[in-house]
Amino acid sequence: MAIATREQQAAVELVDLEKTPLRELNRRLHELARAPGPEAWRIVNPSGAHAVACGLDADVEIEIDGHVGYYCAGMNKRATVRIHGNASTGLAENMMSGRVVVDGNVSQSAGATGHGGLLVVRGDASARCGISMKGIDIVVGGSVGHMSAFMAQTGCLVVCGDAGEALGDSIYEARLYVRGSVASLGADCVEKELRDEHRAQLGALLDAAGIDADPGRFRRYGSARQLYNFHIDHAGSY
Amino acid sequence: MCGIVGLFGKSAGIEERLGVHLAAMLAQMNDRGPDSAGVAVYRDPAPAGSSKLTLYSADPQEDWASVAAQLGEAFAGAPEPDVRASHAVLVVDADAAAAEAWVRANRPDLRVMSAGSVIEIYKETGLPRDFAEEFRLTDLRGTHALGHTRMATESRVTTEGSHPFSTGLDLCLVHNGSLSNHNRLRRSLRREGIEFQTENDTEVAAGYLAWQMREGATLEQALEGCLEDLDGFYTFAVGTAEGFAVLRDPIACKPAVLAETDDWVAMGSEWRAIAALPGSAEARMWEPEPGVVYVWEREKVAA
Repeated sequence: MAIATREQQAAVELVDLEKTPLRELNRRLHELARAPGPEAWRIVNPSGAHAVACGLDADVEIEIDGHVGYYCAGMNKRATVRIHGNASTGLAENMMSGRVVVDGNVSQSAGATGHGGLLVVRGDASARCGISMKGIDIVVGGSVGHMSAFMAQTGCLVVCGDAGEALGDSIYEARLYVRGSVASLGADCVEKELRDEHRAQLGALLDAAGIDADPGRFRRYGSARQLYNFHIDHAGSY
Repeated sequence: MCGIVGLFGKSAGIEERLGVHLAAMLAQMNDRGPDSAGVAVYRDPAPAGSSKLTLYSADPQEDWASVAAQLGEAFAGAPEPDVRASHAVLVVDADAAAAEAWVRANRPDLRVMSAGSVIEIYKETGLPRDFAEEFRLTDLRGTHALGHTRMATESRVTTEGSHPFSTGLDLCLVHNGSLSNHNRLRRSLRREGIEFQTENDTEVAAGYLAWQMREGATLEQALEGCLEDLDGFYTFAVGTAEGFAVLRDPIACKPAVLAETDDWVAMGSEWRAIAALPGSAEARMWEPEPGVVYVWEREKVAA
């Protein structure tokens, strides 16, 4: 992390959630979509509160010091949200654009239904990471839990560690890259060849996430496209 | 929904203020379970040869002194009732099973909430914050405790249907989730001689654990049996005389967070419950894996 100059530090808007009600913080952040305001924010003492910095729509940088509860940075548009701690269920759920970075671990359903932007988890993500993702890119420095990328439609899920049971179950066109082991693949998810175009895409994602890893050591998984249309021979797989 | 909290002290400072911490954690879970609340606190061991009962009476005018006198007549000694709202704790000069059997036979209007040598269970309908105040939780010292806030789904909102459920001497269970095969399992367990007092699904899980351990299973084995025999969603926390255990169902439908410092081990449905503890910002924190039994007990911490 770059060290801010004194001028930049002075411009950071500090919000202490022990003193400021969460609704007031989120109301002020939402106003940035309509009128200019501070471009850099620092939120301290979140103490596991839900819906911190949810629904942003502005080119701002938000730093959160501590652990956050459910749905942090949900529906994010354009903003960059960095969490120096862990995040609970539904982090960056339905993100549209922008960037969300977590130093620690995240709970279930991180990046669920996300349409765009980049979610970076430096630690582990638990179950259902990237469930029904629709264009978001997710890079996880550690491992992901079971049912990750369930019904993933498009976008990339990069896992530098291991993936839990039923990875990519009922997947559509999302690309899954896993460096470690995969406990099991879900219905209609298969390993695919890692070609140059994939290595290039993976390298760009790892660079964007600031994670030093060799794209050549990953394996690619995606849809076998057998469940797109009902076929009686596949009845057991639906 | 429902909220669960657990706190296991590793220092005298935490034990001294166990009730204060428990009340703070429970208050954070207020919104997850506004129907009822309850706690199991492990404290003040009964002297050797005697045992401790927590009794509940639906009658707000209950004459606890007379209940104590009756127990004193039936067994030796003169127990002093420690009354908290609708509950009273009595130390009886007899083993817990005999004392509990006496209450069931002679005072069927009373409900035995817990029996053992260290456990005390308090539970009541209403908001968790009000419960904590009414039962003076902040007074309680102890080694460890579990708490629950209930948002009812499977059965009625009553004192008896509140958590924790006793699962045997010094044992209790709290549950977030819902079980779908509880009616069938209740029938099977009744045939094995396990008694049930409500239509509640969690009571069946408690009865299941009691049955498993009666048949010789260890706590870990009994919990592992749940993975096979229970159908539904659950995060369980089980209290024992020595500590507590945590288990989530194999697909981890219900939330749970664990955290540990040099002074405590804590469990919560959400981090905000644990954030109420001193030193939480520096705690090691993780999410328990689905289908894995976690146990903290005194000897294991010492070892």
